[in-house]
Amino acid sequence: MDPSLLAQYVFNGAMLGIIYAMVAVGFTLFFGVLDVIKFSHGDVLMVGAFTGLTTYLALDAIGMKSGPLMAAGAMLCAMLAMAALGAAIARWLVLPLRNAPPINVLLITLMTGTALREAVRLFYPAGANPKPFPNLLPSAALPLGDFALRTDNLILLFVGFSAVVIVHLLVTRSKLGLAIRAVAQDAETAQIMGMNFRRVVLITFALGSALAALAGVTAGLYYSEINFGMGLLLGVIGFSAAVVGGLGNLYGAILGGFLFAALQTLGAVWFTVPAYKDVFAFAVVILLMAWRPTGLIAERSAERV
Amino acid sequence: MNAASQSASPWLGMLALLFVAMFAFAFLRAEQQWQVAALAAVGTIGLLLMGRSNMRRIESSWAAHQSSMQWTAIVLSAIVIFLFREDHFALLMIATVMLFSVACLGLNVQFGYAGVVNFAGAAFLGIGGYTAAMLTARPGIPHGFVILVAGLLAGLIGSLLILPLLRTRGHYAALITIAFAILFRTFLEVSDTFGGPQGLKVSGLRIFGWSFNDNIETPWGGEYSFYLNYVILSFLLLGVAVMLVRRLEYSWLGLSLDAVRIDETAASVFGFDVARWKIVAFTLGNALAGVAGAVYAMMTGFVAPANFTLAESLILVSIVILGGVGNPIGILPAAALVLILPEKLQAIQEYRYLLFSLFVILVLLFRPEGLLPRRMRVYAPRWRSP
Repeated sequence: MDPSLLAQYVFNGAMLGIIYAMVAVGFTLFFGVLDVIKFSHGDVLMVGAFTGLTTYLALDAIGMKSGPLMAAGAMLCAMLAMAALGAAIARWLVLPLRNAPPINVLLITLMTGTALREAVRLFYPAGANPKPFPNLLPSAALPLGDFALRTDNLILLFVGFSAVVIVHLLVTRSKLGLAIRAVAQDAETAQIMGMNFRRVVLITFALGSALAALAGVTAGLYYSEINFGMGLLLGVIGFSAAVVGGLGNLYGAILGGFLFAALQTLGAVWFTVPAYKDVFAFAVVILLMAWRPTGLIAERSAERV
Repeated sequence: MNAASQSASPWLGMLALLFVAMFAFAFLRAEQQWQVAALAAVGTIGLLLMGRSNMRRIESSWAAHQSSMQWTAIVLSAIVIFLFREDHFALLMIATVMLFSVACLGLNVQFGYAGVVNFAGAAFLGIGGYTAAMLTARPGIPHGFVILVAGLLAGLIGSLLILPLLRTRGHYAALITIAFAILFRTFLEVSDTFGGPQGLKVSGLRIFGWSFNDNIETPWGGEYSFYLNYVILSFLLLGVAVMLVRRLEYSWLGLSLDAVRIDETAASVFGFDVARWKIVAFTLGNALAGVAGAVYAMMTGFVAPANFTLAESLILVSIVILGGVGNPIGILPAAALVLILPEKLQAIQEYRYLLFSLFVILVLLFRPEGLLPRRMRVYAPRWRSP
């Protein structure tokens, strides 16, 4: 294959991979602390993207000129708002169902996602139509042979990577991370040791949702378009990535995210009809699950009987 | 059983059935928006006023006189259907509710009895529908056979998922069906053989020369809506499906499925073949969905990928949850609520997914066992404890 085309594919794959990894890390964090799947995650991402867009419009209206500053503002606002939304969902919808069958939690969050999606479609001005997302970052291209590396995509890749690394450091190195890991390992013992279970859970949900918001704004900047339905597929892909990697494992989520992006890219290269890439990727996911039922990096603890 | 059921008179249950039938009739007949809204309000308030203890009494009356209740329900449904014999729209709604109930009964076997989650219910409906589309396009294949093949094929394609489903549990298993639902829809959208996003036309059902898509001419010169054919067929299908599921529940098969759902480890310790029961439940459920999908496709005349999305699958799961997981009787009212209310109440048509998801959230928060929770089996209805 032509090297510049190959570079193009690898770069696109990496871009997709980092977006998926950010979503998957959220799923794996929630599963870690509470053993639940919060399926509204993808739609939280979408609301985050719309919050980012609204922030941009507001900043533009008050006369801000600098693109990168507006992008940073959009990201920050979206992350803060979604952190609050994620914590609220955990507080009022997920925690009350702690003792219910897991399927109920899955269902209630799926329905929350639907409600968010519908609310944006119905109540955001012209929310049913795809919205153009402005190109805020410098888009100068560095030519590398036939392949042009765009600086804005490079920045997005860097921001995404740093976000994932920061979350990783937060979970593995900080006192808060210690609390998160303690609750993940054994919630009751953690409570006996004096940890505020509810606070740790809410902070974890806020953290994961902020990451989803970042992923949403990144996706908006990368594709230059957002729509109310974008969260559904991104959420399912993030979930698949987290599951394939092994739920509850940060490395697994990152690995899964890039693996899914690689599968989609390969599918797009191999098949003459590029739309088959999703069929291919999901079929491989099903096969992977048959091969490694608890993900590539399996859960450490033995199954409770 | 306790004192409550001893005093359970058959009249209470029959009266309740009569009210349900009258309400259903009024609701389907109502044309003005304010009438629909008023009826919805009356229904809600009536249920709230009746309270839980009266509900229990009605339920125990139904449980104590099962066969007479069944016949009452059948006769009342027949009367309601007959009253709408010329009304296309009402009959279409009735048939849709009954066909979706058949599919949900399938999900109920999978999820309510064996504990196998399936978030791809609409995909199996779709397999049935597309089978009908492909086979009815070729002349010479009897349509009764097509419906059968649709069920078999849905079971067969579902068996592709069996290996991964058996090896995984909980959320991992949920992912497999979700991935399948998305894969199925995307595949249909890009495949030219299956008509792409526009889908395919399906010709109407024709059995023994009787065309289901022609209005029925009566000997005395009137004309009944052709949907009456489909309503009768779906009524029969629903009857067969309910009987099948009830028999299954009350047999040792049902006990085995329950054992597998409640505790896999304990069940296998006691010698239950967990894999076998999961396969039985999953395949049977998918086959029911496939049959329903084939008839539904023939009735509506076309199939398109947009009808078989993950969102549609979620609606099916929600019907099962709303009706009360594991309770086949709850499915019919839940399906009616979910499918008819948005169609009738135009004011909420646009907002239906929003309202509907909020409604399910409230039910899950405040009544997690569904509107009509599953009761303990009563193997001998007339048995009295000393």
